[in-house]
Amino acid sequence: MAITLTDLEVGQEIGRTSLGVTRLDLVKYAGASGDFNPIHWNESFARSVDLPGVIAHGMFTMGSAVQVVADWVGDPTAVIDYQTRFTRPVVVEDTTDQPGVAGAAIEVVGIVGALDPDNSTARIDLTVSAGGQKVLVKAQAVVRIW
Amino acid sequence: MTINPDLQGRSYPAAEVYTVGREKIREFAEAVKATHPSHFDPEAARALGHRDVVAPPTFAIIVAQRADAQLINDPEAGIDFTRVVHADQRFTHHRPIVAGDELVAELHVDQVRAMGGGAMITTRAEISTVEGEKTATTTSSILVRGEEQ
Repeated sequence: MAITLTDLEVGQEIGRTSLGVTRLDLVKYAGASGDFNPIHWNESFARSVDLPGVIAHGMFTMGSAVQVVADWVGDPTAVIDYQTRFTRPVVVEDTTDQPGVAGAAIEVVGIVGALDPDNSTARIDLTVSAGGQKVLVKAQAVVRIW
Repeated sequence: MTINPDLQGRSYPAAEVYTVGREKIREFAEAVKATHPSHFDPEAARALGHRDVVAPPTFAIIVAQRADAQLINDPEAGIDFTRVVHADQRFTHHRPIVAGDELVAELHVDQVRAMGGGAMITTRAEISTVEGEKTATTTSSILVRGEEQ
């Protein structure tokens, strides 16, 4: 079960996932994080500041995208460094009247980007997209491999 | 309103103590669709050598954004929060964040760059326990959009 550095190769896929996102998810994230910026839950406010609609918190996308890494490595605290740039908003459509239907889908693929035997770490590069376009750039998680 | 260029180099001392609650970790983990048992079940966390349930990798944003609020709400800064866009974010963990931790954050304004009619502001929160143990360093850049952006 335990992953060792010698088992890994640069370019190897460690996991992938597709995350359905609803307006309710954004409300939950707002409450959990304390970020109540209305662009993440109020359609008319979002449009008034020239956004195409309600958008996901960048931190929601960043926080949910890394789960594929945490699950793969087996201990979420092994993620000792995690960074990204936010390039494009994830617009979440209002599907409140359609139970079970997501308002956006975020696709995540994790690839081994680099191995550092001296520090016993692996860098996992995440490709994170919505609607066929990248929403995070340089999304990299450094993981300690015991 | 324009961004005060003198912000660069400014720092805000650690203010209120943030106590990491077990239920808050569970709530945050659920909100980011994390399912790993170590966020929810103290026994599962102990089996991995942790004192209590562990925070997801981006949990420290709660503490960092509270520290950032000191800057954003500082009338001398000249930041219109409704025009703020998150540009980049980084977390460096010095040790896991675990339920029961009492954390404080010292905020540093590392860079202010004029961009169009707005500005890019890079801040760094040095998060430690009240006992002084370094816990995490978070770096965040926000773009404050100018009126025409």
